[in-house]
Amino acid sequence: MKRIISCTVQNRGGVLNRITGMFSKRHFNIESITVGESETEGMAKMTFVVNVEDEHKLEQLTKQLHKQIDVIKVSDITEKSVVARELALVKVTANSQLRAEIQGLIDPFRGTVVDISKETMTIQVTGKTDKIDAFILLLKPFGIKEIARTGVTALLRGQQAKPYVAEVNSLTI
Amino acid sequence: MAVEARQKTEAGKEFVTGADLLIEALVEAKVEKVFGYPGGAVLPIYDAMFRHEFPFEHILCRHEQGSIHAAEGYARVTGKPGVVVATSGPGATNLITGITDAMMDSLPLVIITGQVAQGVIGTDAFQEADVLGLTTPITKYNYQIQDAKELPRVINEAFYIATTGRPGPVLIDIPKNISAELTVRNESNAIELPGYQPNVKPNALQLQKLASLLEKAERPVLLAGAGVLLSDGATYLQEFVEKYELPVVNTLLGLGSFPGEHELFLGMGGMHGTYTANMAIYEADFLINIGARFDDRLTGKVANFAPGAKVAHIDIDPAEIGKIIRTDVPIVGDAKTALQALLAMDIKKPETTEWVTRLMENKVNYPYWYNRSEKQVSPQWLIEQICEKSKGEAIVATDVGQHQMWAAQFYAFNKPHNWLTSGGLGTMGFGLPAAIGAQLGRPDDLVVAIVGDGGIQMTIQELAVIHERNLPVKVFIVNNEALGMVRQWQEEFHGERYSSSLLTQNPDFLKIAEGYGIRSVLVDKEKDVPGVLEEVFAYDGPVLVDFRIHWKEKVFPMVAPGKGINEMVGVKP
Repeated sequence: MKRIISCTVQNRGGVLNRITGMFSKRHFNIESITVGESETEGMAKMTFVVNVEDEHKLEQLTKQLHKQIDVIKVSDITEKSVVARELALVKVTANSQLRAEIQGLIDPFRGTVVDISKETMTIQVTGKTDKIDAFILLLKPFGIKEIARTGVTALLRGQQAKPYVAEVNSLTI
Repeated sequence: MAVEARQKTEAGKEFVTGADLLIEALVEAKVEKVFGYPGGAVLPIYDAMFRHEFPFEHILCRHEQGSIHAAEGYARVTGKPGVVVATSGPGATNLITGITDAMMDSLPLVIITGQVAQGVIGTDAFQEADVLGLTTPITKYNYQIQDAKELPRVINEAFYIATTGRPGPVLIDIPKNISAELTVRNESNAIELPGYQPNVKPNALQLQKLASLLEKAERPVLLAGAGVLLSDGATYLQEFVEKYELPVVNTLLGLGSFPGEHELFLGMGGMHGTYTANMAIYEADFLINIGARFDDRLTGKVANFAPGAKVAHIDIDPAEIGKIIRTDVPIVGDAKTALQALLAMDIKKPETTEWVTRLMENKVNYPYWYNRSEKQVSPQWLIEQICEKSKGEAIVATDVGQHQMWAAQFYAFNKPHNWLTSGGLGTMGFGLPAAIGAQLGRPDDLVVAIVGDGGIQMTIQELAVIHERNLPVKVFIVNNEALGMVRQWQEEFHGERYSSSLLTQNPDFLKIAEGYGIRSVLVDKEKDVPGVLEEVFAYDGPVLVDFRIHWKEKVFPMVAPGKGINEMVGVKP
C-alpha cells in the first residue's frame, strides 16, 4: 500500500544519508522523496511516498524513522486531509504546426509553457501525482524527449475533516 | 603553531587547540580509560594527551579492533561508556566490526576518529576514508566536526546519546586541521537535540494491562534480556519474580540478570537453550519480555514461538516492540523503572503452582547433558569446573562458537554484569580484548577469557597488552583444532563435508604466550584440570591454558535452523 509520510528533521550534516540508509538497510521501498527547508530555521521537511506491504511494515517504518536522532516529528498523512503536489517538467517534440494543438491540451491541466525551441516545447505542470500521470500520457503521442519530476510534497490542510488523529511521535505506549 | 607559544586574544581569551578542547571535554565527561591507537590524523590529539599529562589512562591495544572490543568489555562490566580513539582511514575502518558489534548489543561507546584535513576531504587523500558514510548505518549517531568550537557540545551530546535510552555507539570524526589549529574556548556545551527524548517512564495504563493479564495467567513465563542488565534492574527483577513465583528464561545476553542457580530459573532459551526453557515459552499463556529483542536465535521459527501466549513487551526502544512478535501489551520504558513500577502495584498473585511444579520436573528430567570424554578434556565438564573453581563469581568473556555456547550453558551466572559475549553480531576475536577491557574496568575481580583456537587467532596480538600491564586475565583456549560450530553444522547439515573448518596446523599457543612473556600450560587430560585451575586461579598474574578437547564434540540440545523451539534435537543422550 502506498503511504505519504511527512517528517520534520534537524538539518544536520548527513541527515538525508542517515534516513535513506535506514530505508535501504531495512528494505523499505521509497517511491519518492522531497526535501526542503521548513518554516523553522535549521529544520527541514521531508516527504516520502513509500510502498509498504502491510500495517506491520508501516508501523516499523514510522518507528524506525522516529528513532533517528535527527527526526523531530513523523506523521503518516495518507488518511488525512492534505494538500499534496508534485511538479513535472515535460519536454515534447513540437514543431510550429503542433504547438497550437499541444497548447489546447495544456490548458485544462493548467500547465504552462516554460521554454520553446524550434523543435521542442517544455511544459510545467503541477498537481497530484495522478493528474501528472494523465498529462504525460496525453502528451506521449507527440513524442516526449525528457521528463523531470520532483516527487510529492505535502502539507496538512488547515482544517481537518475528521477530529485530529494522534501523531505517530506522540506514542501513547 | 607550537603550543608553548600560546597567546591570548585581544579580549584576553586564551587560544587552545581543538585537541585541547577534546581532552578537556573528555575529562568533563569523567572519562577514566581511553582505548586507542595513534596515527597521522590523530597526532594533535595524542600530543594534547601528552601535554595534559594523560588525565585518563590510555590503553594502547595492538590493533584497532582490539581497542574497540576492549572498550566494549569495559562498558559491559562497568556500565560506563567505553571510549575509543583511532586514526583516519585504516584506523577507522579497523573499528567497523566493533562498532557494529556494539550497535547490535546496545553498548555505550564514544568513538573518536581522526580525519584528513578539511581542505583535502573528498580528494582521496592519504589515509582518507568516508568514515561518516561508512558508520552511518552502524552507529546510534555520528558527527563530523566542522568547527573546533563545536567540540565541547558535540562531545557532551555524544556521551548523552551513547548512554541514555537504548545505549549504542556514537562516533565523532575530527579533521586533523581542527584538532591542530588554535581556537578559543566556547563556554557552552549545552545539548541541542530536539529530536532525541528517550522515554524511560512506562505508561501506567499499559502496566495495568500487564497486571490484569498476569492475574489471570495460568502458565506465565518471564523472559529477561540484556535490557535488565543495561538498566541495572537485576535486583528488582528477582524481587518481582519471587513475589509472583514466575519461571524465568534468559536470553544469551541476559545471562546474569537473574541468578543462574535460582530454582525459578529455567535456563537460557533459544537455539542452544534448555528444553525446559523453550518448552515453557512454547506452552506459555502469558509471556512477559523485559529487555529482550526477540532475536532469531531465541525465537527459532516465529510461528512456533509462544503461539498460545499473550505477550507483554517492555523495551526502551519502541521500534523493537512488535518488530518480530505481535505484542498485546507494548510498554516503552526502562526495564528497571518498569519493574519498580510493577512492584509498587497491587497485583493478585496468579495460581501457578501446577505450572511451576511441571517446569521444575522438566528441569530435573531434561538438564543439559554430555558424555565424559575418555581421552581428552570434556568441554562441558571443563566449564563446570571453571565455574566451580571460580565460585561462579568470575567475569567470563568469550568468543563465538561452541565454547561460547558451552560457557553459556554450564557457567552459572549468579551475579549481573559478569558475562561478556558477542550476541547479536557473533564476532570471533571478541573474547580476549573484551576480557582486557573488563579487567581494566574491574581490576579486583577475576576475569576469565574462554576462547576458541579459531577466535583467539583473530585478536591474539592483544596478549601484548596483558603482558605490558600484567593484567591477571586467565586465558582458556578450548582447543578442538577446528572452527567447531562451523564443523558441527557441516556434520549436521552438509554431509560431513568439512570445508575449510579444520585447523590442523595451529601454532604452538604455549610458545606464543611465552613470546609475549605470559605463563602457559597445556592440559589434555581430565585428571589435570582441577589442579591446574586451582593453581591458575591462585596465581596473581596472567596465564594462558591450552585445553585440548576432542574435535568432534558438539553443542546440544539444538533447535535446527528453520525449526520451532518445540522441535529441539539432542535433548537426551
